[in-house]
Amino acid sequence: MNQATVPMESSVTFDIDRIRRDFPILSREVNGRPLVYLDNGATSQKPRSVIDTIDRYYTDENANIHRGVHHLSQVATQAYEDARETIARWINAPASRQVLFTRGTTEAINLVASSWGRDVLFPGDEMVVSTMEHHSNIVPWQMICEERCAKLKVIPMSGNGELDMDAFEGLLTERTRLVSVAHVSNTLGTINPVREIIARAHEAGALVLLDGAQALPHMRIDVQELGADFYAFSGHKVFGPTGVGILYGREELLDSMPPYQGGGDMIEKVTFERTTYNTLPHKFEAGTPNIVGGIGLAAAIDYVSAMDQAAFMAHEKDLLDYATSALCDIPGLGIVGTAADKASVISFNLEGQHPFDVGTLLDQQGVAVRTGHHCTQPLMDYYGIPGTVRASFAFYNSRADVDALVNAIRRAADMLG
Amino acid sequence: MNGTINAIQDEVVEEFGFFDRWMDKYEYLIDLGRKLPLIDAAYRDSAHLIPGCQSQVWLHSELEGGRVRFTADSDAIITKGIIALLVRVLSDQKPGDIAAADLYFIDRIGLREHLSPTRSNGLVNMVNRMRTIGEEYARLN
Repeated sequence: MNQATVPMESSVTFDIDRIRRDFPILSREVNGRPLVYLDNGATSQKPRSVIDTIDRYYTDENANIHRGVHHLSQVATQAYEDARETIARWINAPASRQVLFTRGTTEAINLVASSWGRDVLFPGDEMVVSTMEHHSNIVPWQMICEERCAKLKVIPMSGNGELDMDAFEGLLTERTRLVSVAHVSNTLGTINPVREIIARAHEAGALVLLDGAQALPHMRIDVQELGADFYAFSGHKVFGPTGVGILYGREELLDSMPPYQGGGDMIEKVTFERTTYNTLPHKFEAGTPNIVGGIGLAAAIDYVSAMDQAAFMAHEKDLLDYATSALCDIPGLGIVGTAADKASVISFNLEGQHPFDVGTLLDQQGVAVRTGHHCTQPLMDYYGIPGTVRASFAFYNSRADVDALVNAIRRAADMLG
Repeated sequence: MNGTINAIQDEVVEEFGFFDRWMDKYEYLIDLGRKLPLIDAAYRDSAHLIPGCQSQVWLHSELEGGRVRFTADSDAIITKGIIALLVRVLSDQKPGDIAAADLYFIDRIGLREHLSPTRSNGLVNMVNRMRTIGEEYARLN
């Protein structure tokens, strides 16, 4: 796309300056320069309301939940369960008991692999993932497939970073039990055709888990409308705290699955002869959870829910188009991942330069990007590269951030020759 | 005859003292990386590889006249520049001195971040490996 074709940045419906003021960290300096934070794919920054919620919880409300009769315990329990309700509403889960708190997407996927996989996978059964998956959507399935003598199949992709849907169709058999794919690729930004994936998998009698870690920072989802059987995401990537994530699951699936971990809170009655388990969601939540994490995540969701969704998505689309066009003008720069449907994530390499060198020189100029394999080594092997430099945007980024990135890359390219 | 490890470190610190701007420092590192003598192709193999999450490092050592000779390489040029400094400071030194070296120059020239474990670029493992090699040769003597 030519730069001249990019429309003017909209400032009427989306007040970027006001939004940036909500994120205290965005006003700090790094290496003597204003921070340009373009590593949102790794983790997002937190609005003041999330920081205040965490502060207030530890200042005024801290107590353990689900087991105290005293006032504070009830306040904390109410706040935690209200948070679950907020999250359930945000993704349109039919009931909040279908929204399980985990440590993050990784634990959510491990929970399904361990609990559902051990119960349902038998020798000769098959699982499907894709070439562009994050290691956390590969390794848990490899582990359970090895244990259960099941087979892990991989959806191939094309050079521009789109899944080969015809090949996917060919992978599905009557033995396929589950298809687990990224809603949005963390390395390429590709928005996968998840509705089509779900439709074809369901026709073949297979379940679908969507790894939504990189999708929810950029879009709203409706788990019922999507029809996903499981949907996993991380709190810290959607402007909430680290150490908390969500696994949504269809109720009959969660009901039929054995517990993931044993401990407090997940039981109904314990004797040395026999233990019976608690109902959903508590059956899957052994031990004292990350209480403030859950409450902080709900505060983050309140923040993003209050934004005009159309304006926020239009702003990110503008950033993606503007950045793509500006980066393409840099001699020797090649974008890795040029799917037609992308979230605001751009991986690239400079011809003849190691991504680590480029990233180091960008860091010196106050531009935070991610370099390396992005926990997608099979994808790097597919492209035959050691890694990429990845700029990943959030709604609080501006065209000025893109300009700073482009200037910093040009300078790095000059220095590296 | 090579200077002592600390004398060379002081030299490096003085050289870097001339750089006011980050760009000058990194341009110098890139230049050092380019000038680093090539490692013998035979040693650029998995046996000499020090894996890193971001960039890879290959390290070879041999004992010559009671001193350890290091040669090394990396796939990233800035990593190579830092390797050049480490080789300059620690190569052609006595094994015991290498094992006991206090590498303060890294900190003083403002490259500490590159040797922090979080950087995961293989350099931390490289320094540890150089020390271990020093210890092993010292035991043999």
